[in-house]
Amino acid sequence: MTRQMTGAKMVVQALKDQGVDTVFGYPGGAVLPIYDEIFQQNDIKHVLVRHEQGAIHAAEGYARSTGKPGVALVTSGPGATNAVTGLTDALMDSIPIVVFSGQVPTFMIGSDAFQEADTVGITRPCTKHNWLVKETDTLSSTIHEAFHVATSGRPGPVLVDIPKDVQFATGTYAEKTKRKSHYQPQVKGDIDAITDLVKAMEKAKRPVFYTGGGVINSGTAASQLLRELVEATGFPITSTLMGLGAYPASGDKWLGMLGMHGLYEANMAMHDCDLLINIGARFDDRITGLISEFSPKSKKAHIDIDASSINKVIHVDIPILGDVAHVLEDLLKIWKSRGRVTDKENLAKWWAKINEWKTVECLNYRNSDTVIKPQYALQRLEALTKDRDRYITTEVGQHQMWAAQFLGFEDPNRWMTSGGLGTMGYGFPASIGVQLAHPDALVINVAGEASWLMNMQELGTAIQYRLP
Amino acid sequence: MSALRIKKGSTSHSAYNLRPNFSEEVERHTLAVLVENEPGVLARVIGLFSGRGYNIESLTVAEVDHEGHLSRITIVTTGTPQVIAQIRAQLGRIVSVRDVHDLTAEGPAVERELALLKVAGTGDARIEALRLAEIFRANVVDSTLESFVFEITGPSDKIDAFAELMRPLGLLETARTGVAALSRGTE
Ligand SMILES: Cc1cc2nc3c(=O)[nH]c(=O)nc-3n(C[C@H](O)[C@H](O)[C@H](O)COP(=O)(O)OP(=O)(O)OC[C@H]3O[C@@H](n4cnc5c(N)ncnc54)[C@H](O)[C@@H]3O)c2cc1C
Repeated sequence: MTRQMTGAKMVVQALKDQGVDTVFGYPGGAVLPIYDEIFQQNDIKHVLVRHEQGAIHAAEGYARSTGKPGVALVTSGPGATNAVTGLTDALMDSIPIVVFSGQVPTFMIGSDAFQEADTVGITRPCTKHNWLVKETDTLSSTIHEAFHVATSGRPGPVLVDIPKDVQFATGTYAEKTKRKSHYQPQVKGDIDAITDLVKAMEKAKRPVFYTGGGVINSGTAASQLLRELVEATGFPITSTLMGLGAYPASGDKWLGMLGMHGLYEANMAMHDCDLLINIGARFDDRITGLISEFSPKSKKAHIDIDASSINKVIHVDIPILGDVAHVLEDLLKIWKSRGRVTDKENLAKWWAKINEWKTVECLNYRNSDTVIKPQYALQRLEALTKDRDRYITTEVGQHQMWAAQFLGFEDPNRWMTSGGLGTMGYGFPASIGVQLAHPDALVINVAGEASWLMNMQELGTAIQYRLP
Repeated sequence: MSALRIKKGSTSHSAYNLRPNFSEEVERHTLAVLVENEPGVLARVIGLFSGRGYNIESLTVAEVDHEGHLSRITIVTTGTPQVIAQIRAQLGRIVSVRDVHDLTAEGPAVERELALLKVAGTGDARIEALRLAEIFRANVVDSTLESFVFEITGPSDKIDAFAELMRPLGLLETARTGVAALSRGTE
């Protein structure tokens, strides 16, 4: 049975078939047909933001806190150009979002029409992929492909640009199940490479896990497997800003965040280790610092789903291309079947060394009895909210680093921050997206006074939808 | 097309020397990239090179499989082995790229380029140009009493050599297609 419908209706139908329940958007001339369709149904909630950048960050917050793709809808021209910062942010942090933009009618493209912009041209370098749909018949299959691309492999933002005449015209709806995509990234790691890593783990005297956003991207199963691996081996673990929560902050193998703003013990462990196991992190410059001095004595392994992340910055000895959860599952199986070997004696010495570093208590600060120090405020926030069903977003800057240092994350998907692009103004709209996805949870945006101003217009959205 | 040229070692005194310390030796590689023949695909590939500061020495593109909707882009690029590996990985993750082959790394390959050269002259120079064209197996595809247009195919260095010889003989204009390449053998 084939279904005929207008392009605008296809958009709404495809969203329903993809399981979308919330769309963040801002109307405009070129998307009005889609808005008319949204208005006539109740399955998908439309959230009216106050600026398109807010829509994208809200979709990012929604995505990062649920593990599902976030969806946004913007109009042509300025609507699309306002989305660019959010798209770049999502690309840098590997956040799956699907953005729909309106476009002038196909017969007017290229004529400098009212509110026309070369949206696919402008967003090509800041999306994982994008499409300009010129025929209604291909619209629904393109939307299904867009969701597939956004969420498969290394996740990222995608954009579907839909001219107004394509929204009006009638075509055949392609069902979600019918399509087969050429885009199929490899998820299983090479068994020989994984075995090499197991052998290195068996011999390691001073190993450390260096984990990142890829563990969160891989899903909750990956965090579960990571915890099992850390407990079983007894190896210390540190994480990037993007990976906080994959391993619980209260875990006894936890060294805290690493990097420029990371903890002394974490950075010392990275420097002195003899086996560095990178799981879903990308050797960002906030981590490596001086490249020639980075972890000079270690053998390095890297598990990543994106071949371009491997050997990009740091040469690794054991590259493993694959999805974190798939690789960790095989890694655990192989390590167990080979007798669960670790060098316990040297590991104990390594931990003694690490515990020495910990006594430095690098996060100490001199408190004041006249002003409220930010560190103290965050410690109080932690004490008062840590037992609640809590989600934290941040803006960008010093407050963000204090939040990363002084708040403890026990679970994945609880920490939403702009790491790669460092987008001031991210946190507040992101918190709106998180709150909509988790209406009963406590959502806190830790903000500095300047970042906060950058998207404060979204107060209107928060009030309109009674968030919290 | 020129790459980002940042002076080597310019940040070496900073505590944050972020320059990767891979081998510095620059190699020349020919890549064959099979892409879905859809609008914007060439812009994606070229945008990758300009956006990330990679070199393009030559680039050719044409549809090679009409039914399968596939085009083949042949790119000649230069870079350190690490940069070449990055280029391959970066190309590979473009959604509309189906396959990337490093023909230089994967064994022997044939590379050919076609060029048209307009040479104007009379007397001895004209006769010399024609004689050299014969040696290089270049064809005359247009002639007037005072000019020739030669057509020549071959590896790029052969065309370079021919053009060099034509220069003093009255070379006016050159058009080159860029390199097309295939691996040798049955693979
Ligand atoms: C003011 C400021 C200061 C900062 N200071 C620090 C700091 O001190 N310390 C710090 O750590 N960060 C810091 N950052 C953040 C930093 O800029 C980077 O964003 C961050 O370090 C990158 O994290 P990541 O390496 O985990 O990579 P991400 O950006 O999270 O990338 C994830 C990696 O995992 C891979 N991946 C994705 N999905 C999968 C999968 N399913 N399976 C396998 N692999 C997958 C991806 O290909 C990618 O390589 C700071 C940011 C700001 C704004």
